[in-house]
Order: sequence, then C-alpha cells, then structure tokens
Amino acid sequence: MKVLVAVKRVVDYNVKVRAKADGSDVDLNNVKMAINPFCEIAVEEAVRLKEAGTATEVIAVSIGDKSCQEQIRTALALGADRGIQVETEGGVEPLVVAKLLKGVVDKEQPQLVILGKQSIDGDNNQTGQMLGALANMPQGTFASEVVIDGEKVNVTREVDGGMQTLSLTLPAIVTTDLRLNEPRYASLPNIMKAKKKQLDVYTPEDLGVAVTSHLTQVKVQPPAERQAGIKVADVDQLVDKLKNEAKVIS
Amino acid sequence: MSTLVIAEHDNSSLKGATLNTVAAAQAMGADIDILVAGSNCGAVAEAAAAVAGVGKILVADNAAYEHQLAENVSLLIAEVGAGYDNIIAPATANCKNIMPRVAALMDVAQISEITSVESADTFQRPIYAGNVIATVQSTDAKKVITVRTTAYDAVAAEGGSATVEAVDAVHDAGISAFVSEEVAVSDRPELTAASVVISGGRGMQNGENFKLLEGIADKLGAAIGASRAAVDAGFVPNDMQVGQTGKIVAPDLYIAVGISGAIQHLAGMKDSKVIVAINKDEDAPIFQVADYGLVADLFDALPELESKI
Repeated sequence: MKVLVAVKRVVDYNVKVRAKADGSDVDLNNVKMAINPFCEIAVEEAVRLKEAGTATEVIAVSIGDKSCQEQIRTALALGADRGIQVETEGGVEPLVVAKLLKGVVDKEQPQLVILGKQSIDGDNNQTGQMLGALANMPQGTFASEVVIDGEKVNVTREVDGGMQTLSLTLPAIVTTDLRLNEPRYASLPNIMKAKKKQLDVYTPEDLGVAVTSHLTQVKVQPPAERQAGIKVADVDQLVDKLKNEAKVIS
Repeated sequence: MSTLVIAEHDNSSLKGATLNTVAAAQAMGADIDILVAGSNCGAVAEAAAAVAGVGKILVADNAAYEHQLAENVSLLIAEVGAGYDNIIAPATANCKNIMPRVAALMDVAQISEITSVESADTFQRPIYAGNVIATVQSTDAKKVITVRTTAYDAVAAEGGSATVEAVDAVHDAGISAFVSEEVAVSDRPELTAASVVISGGRGMQNGENFKLLEGIADKLGAAIGASRAAVDAGFVPNDMQVGQTGKIVAPDLYIAVGISGAIQHLAGMKDSKVIVAINKDEDAPIFQVADYGLVADLFDALPELESKI
C-alpha cells in the first residue's frame, strides 16, 4: 500500500509571530521555519505503517517555493522513501493546495493520504477535507487512531465531547490530531541518508492545475488587548470579588 | 442576498452553537434559512423554527445523514446551498469536518472561523494561533464560512415562527460508515457550552491532581478544561484542551489554574467574561489577561477555594 503524506513549511511553533506595524502582513523576517507540527505527526503515522509492514512506500509531498524542500528532506529523514515538491511562488490558498494534491494523487494513486488537521500559520483546517471532495475519497479528520483493515481503514476521531470511530473505504484521507502519535527525532545517519533520496519537482502546469486566488488579505493587526485586572491577596478576597463585584457566583 | 445556516444538532436537540451562527448571519444582512440534516430530527426542526429572525427551515431527514458523515452531508449542502449567496456554519468539530468539502464541491474558498463581519465580502479571522487578526476579502460569488461562535452572542431561541419544508434529496456516497462513538460520560456541562469553566495546566503536575478541580467544578456547575501543555504532558485527554488547536470557550467565568498563559491557550479563552488566574509565578502572562489574579500555590488555594464557595 502506497501512502502519500503532505507536509507544510511554517513558522516554528516557538516563534511568537507579530503583525508588521503598517498592517500589510505578518513579520516573517529571519524567523525560524519548520515542518508544521500536525504534518510531522502525519509523517510519523505513515512511517509507522511502513514499519508495521502495512505500507510499502511513503511519499512526502510539499507545495511551495524551493525552500520547502527542506521540510521534504525532514520527512525523508524521519523515514519517508521519496519526495515530491510542487513548485509555486509563495503561499497558495487551501483550495489550490487541495487541487495540486489531487494532481499528485492522480499520478501516484496512493491508498492512503495523511495530512495534518491544520497548519499553525493560516489555521484554516481545510486542505484534507477539500482533497477528499475533489478526489471523491472518504475522510477521517482529527484522527487519534488509524487501523488498516483490508480494504478499509478504521479511524477514531476527536469530536466535541468524545470520540467517534468511522470505517472508510480505501483509498481514503486521514488528518491528524495531537494524540495520534509522538513523532520521533531524526537521527544523524538518517538525515545524511535523506539527502540522497529521490525528490521530484513538478509545476502546477504538469498537474494541469491553474493557481487561482479567491481571497485577498486586506490587512493584519494584533488582537484586541484584554486589560489586566487586579491581584487579590487571598482566597477569601477572591471569593468576595467573584460574589459581590463580578457577581458570577452566588 | 440570502444565507443558509447549517444547524448543529444531535438529532434530538438543536445545539446552542447554531444560535451564535444565526447572529453572525444577521451581521451579514441577508435573509436567513436554516438547514437541518439528520435522521429522525423533527424535534430539531421544530426548535430551529422557533429561533428568532429565521425565514424557513429546510429539513433533510434520512438515515444517510444520521451520523453527519461528511461524504454524504457535504453533497446535500452543496445541492441545497446552490440557491444561496452564503453558506455559514458554526466552527464545531462536526462542521469543521464537513464545510471544506462543501467549499471544494462548489469550487470556492472557505473562510474559517470568522470573528467579525466587516461587509458582505470582508471578514476578520484569527491566524497564527490568535497572535494576529487578519482581515480577508472574498472574490467568490458564493461564500462558505465557519464562525467562531464565541465571537457572537446567541440570538433568542424563542419568538420566531419559521416555516418548515422537507428536502427530499438523498445523498449516500457509500464510501464511509459510522462504527461507534464514545461520548465522555459526565454530569458536567459540555466544555464549549458551560457558563463556568475551570482549567488546569502544567502546574497541576499530573492527571491525578485534576481531581482537585472536580470538587470546585461540582459546586459551580463548571466544565473542566486543560491547557495544551497539560495535554501534551499526558495528564488529561485532548478533548479537554482549550486553545487555538482545541476548544474555543467564552464562559461567564473562566478559572485558569497552574496555567502560564501561552498565546495558544489565550486564543481559546480570552473572550470569557470574567477570568480568574491562580498561579504561583507572579510573572506568568496569564495575569495580564486575568480580572482577578491570585498568586498562590494551587495545592493550598484549591482546597481552600472549594471549602469557601
């Protein structure tokens, strides 16, 4: 079984991102970039399927300019077998990403596509579901457990108030939530080996996809600040304030 | 202009998130209809018809929609939604699952988790874990939108008199099936609907110590949440996570215990009406957003608080 994993290059999760003073965009000058944490979980899950003998090949795909090859190499160092970059200028919208991934799916015919549930830059939480609709594949989003069962995959999902398990007919889409697994660290020998693994570059034209734009970012701004309140001296004063000032407990 | 609101429900009752979404739809200034897709969901349709300010309720009642399978429901919404300018849904786990499929089927962008309607085509939404608010303008003729429900006050659940119409369309993609669900059994309110939330962070030290929150939660009728740090450390399950990648809450009272206040967490609770922080580190960023801060060891403060409320 072939598994396709999508990875995105994003600002490292430790970086506190700010809006530029003129509000034109976020300030990403000289910030550390990394693989999106949810995508890292996706890579780990695919590699575990290969180690378990379920997957035969793991392909890591990323969409972006040449710099995203760094994140593809990270995925290769974690255990993916080969990489694909779809070359675009700068960021593209989730719908276009989904169309480009659909192009890769058509070429590679994977039985399972694993993606992160959302990227920590745009926080859109869309791409996996959109790919599902475009490729007419079922989806198990926000997955906390993935079990391949013959021609099906059982996905346990984190939903409001609990867990839900679905049975999906392969080929299928899985998007990862935090608790699916704990990604490994790449070892130095594996990082060296990853440099020699195959990495193909496609253009959107190769995949027959037109890069369009449906949204314009008008401006960005910092969130409204909440005013700090007061420090109370002890629990008695806290209870008094909550009862008599805020009136939120009785 | 017309707007279709997707109802959040469990086939027996209409969820409050729907009322916040109708409020966002009103801000868009168009006529509002509600789609109820489910199975044996007549009671939900009745409840939806009573919501103030709604024109008609479209009910697609079929076994194919019983478990809200995204593959089936998205096809229905794309068909029914074709006659509307806006399709708008609460950013619940369920609608976050379904709506991007609808957008892709209609070949339009989705605008996720809006917190403000600036005009008919321009919206605000948080990005980068809430560090930045982006204003985005859509060039699509039809807009598919999810709403961060905590940004809108619910409309009245009573007082409306919408007509109810059946939708016959049955879409069963036949590629997915419901197997089982494990709903956390609890006498406490659901996290996103609770009027009081008490959350623990890394300062709780382990999962066992979350018991210290339970007595207080019982007395206040509160839901119990956690920071991502507490989830990552394995203290509690991820469905308790409050934050940009977890649940977004806005209760009347939010009590943060042993939580430092990473922006990731603040993004999930900063719209709460009153915030209390209990932390032994007086420099913790959580105090910058708290209405009432108590610098204390939580292992002393929690038992005392429980005894005094």
